[in-house]
Amino acid sequence: MSGDSQRGAERRARLALYVVHGLLAAFFLLPLVFMFVSAFKTDEAQLLRDMNSLAAFAPVGQLGWGNFAEVMHNTPFVRAFANSLLVVGVTVTLGILVNSMLAYALARLRFAGRNLLLAVVIALIIVPFEAIAVPLLLLVNELPWFGAQRGWLDSYHVQVIPFIGHAFSVYLFYQFFIALPKDLEEAALMDGASRWRIYWSIVMPLSKPVIATVAVLQFLARWGDLLWPVMVVRGDTFATLPLAMQTFFGQFPRQWGQVMAFAAMATLPTLAVFLVFQRWFVKSAISSAIKG
Amino acid sequence: MAAVSLRGIRKSYDGGVPVIKGVDLDIAEGEFMVFVGPSGCGKSTMMRMIAGLEDISEGELRIGSRVANDLPPVQRDVAMVFQSYALYPHMTVAENMSFGLRIAGRPKAEITEMVGRAAEILQISHLLDRRPKALSGGQRQRVAIGRAIVRKPKVFLFDEPLSNLDAGLRVQMRVELTRLHRELGATMIYVTHDQTEAMTMGDRIAVFNQGVVQQVGPPMALYQQPANTFVAQFLGSPRMNLLPARLLLQGSDALLRVDGLGDVRLPAPPQRGIADEVVQIGVRPEAFDLGAEGWQLTLSLIERLGDTTLLYGALPGSEAPLAVKLADAGSPWNIGDRIGLRPRAGQVLLFDAKGQRIGAI
Repeated sequence: MSGDSQRGAERRARLALYVVHGLLAAFFLLPLVFMFVSAFKTDEAQLLRDMNSLAAFAPVGQLGWGNFAEVMHNTPFVRAFANSLLVVGVTVTLGILVNSMLAYALARLRFAGRNLLLAVVIALIIVPFEAIAVPLLLLVNELPWFGAQRGWLDSYHVQVIPFIGHAFSVYLFYQFFIALPKDLEEAALMDGASRWRIYWSIVMPLSKPVIATVAVLQFLARWGDLLWPVMVVRGDTFATLPLAMQTFFGQFPRQWGQVMAFAAMATLPTLAVFLVFQRWFVKSAISSAIKG
Repeated sequence: MAAVSLRGIRKSYDGGVPVIKGVDLDIAEGEFMVFVGPSGCGKSTMMRMIAGLEDISEGELRIGSRVANDLPPVQRDVAMVFQSYALYPHMTVAENMSFGLRIAGRPKAEITEMVGRAAEILQISHLLDRRPKALSGGQRQRVAIGRAIVRKPKVFLFDEPLSNLDAGLRVQMRVELTRLHRELGATMIYVTHDQTEAMTMGDRIAVFNQGVVQQVGPPMALYQQPANTFVAQFLGSPRMNLLPARLLLQGSDALLRVDGLGDVRLPAPPQRGIADEVVQIGVRPEAFDLGAEGWQLTLSLIERLGDTTLLYGALPGSEAPLAVKLADAGSPWNIGDRIGLRPRAGQVLLFDAKGQRIGAI
């Protein structure tokens, strides 16, 4: 009898859990559903009517690829997409290399000022970008190199270089590296490997989970960043997707179907990256939690 | 092959905490030397200093004819097998074994041949394409040894290599390592806290305690003539019985008086002058004769191990019980029985107040 009531309680608890999970999933998924569904609605008047009801989430009425075709042909989407891929791809790749190298040095090498440097890196995590945006703008406006003129505005490198070094990425790598068994590195040292070889051939191949985590976090942050491009880019040549979308969104008359198609295409890479890396991402989050 | 010479080796960590307090030791070419001692005694640190993984604070290390204090690990011509095996998880067995050779820039054909030969010696040729996670503990151990062999080092270092294996596999690998030493004829230094490994594998044993080498010598010499009470008690299972005692000379005899057990008459030691210095005696558990006479002991525990029987009895005024080891498995005694014990002549070790062995009767 008590067994039955215990089973009943377990079933109710599981049901409650499913309900909570379902609500959370709906909370996060509904905006995406709305965006994708609206992107396919080619009748602007119907789309506006649907926004007042649950029909906004349903693929009803006149559907087609028209909005996507319009965006591809009549907006700088393709150029902005390529710019975003270039800027984000280079930032994330260089970020992984540079931040992991600093983290490895902090985790394994003994040098004067190491603890201070580590403390500075950790302290920098809490400084929001908004706090340094204006000083950074003034700085990049004065920097030489990259061509004859002073100032980096309106370029790719102004959107890449300031974001390569990333305190939180360094911290994530550092946490991962200090938990790696030292024996492996000592074995490599006995095999004649240099520090660089150990980092490249032993440590990095074993760090896929944290590389995935850093890649996803940095990709999401850079892909969706609007503030910095607004400050340093003028015109379409170097504009990334968020900036191009904001420009397109500000044009009148505003076509909601096309806006949604633009947003949907801009979102797809983000979803793809997360789906591909989520296995390692979750693994890394769990292992870092266990290792403390 | 190379000899290893340690002269006045000291090691202190930051803050001046001494870990190795002056070690002088010569390891001959082709010798199998075992460093043994309890946890924290400095034996692994000593090995890591020979490997080049720890700096030497003071003293001189020679490998072959070269002073190796400041040489990087790879230039010392030593290879190390780690307790954790330290196999690279993302590489296959063949890649693990060839990593050092690839770094050294050896030709591909030569690498393949050397890895193949080492794999043959260790009977792991069929595992070369597997990753470490697909191997059993024993196989991983072989791969770790293989990685050391392919480099043809002058000195092999083993840091407690069998401690992660189960008991059966440990015995098997012990035999194989001894065979490997015979086949390769290489100088090997082997760190363990397991006295059975030390006794069975080493040409010589160096017993470490608190950063100092207590005694160096062939296993049986250390077992039969330990330099002090630490070595006496560290080697042998059950441990040597240490009893507070006085030695009273009576003509050609000596009366051995142990508090709480009484007197036993034995032949006097040749050096009669040491009698007054004796404060402790050591008797191995297997060095007793049983009978009605002698020290009377009430049995508090009996362990029948199949081939031998261990008898334990409480000693008045001592926490450690007195242990007796009998080769006879079918002993008739029960807990609570009283037995008479006589230590065998010639097998009673005499220790002074500092715990140093000063003779035997």
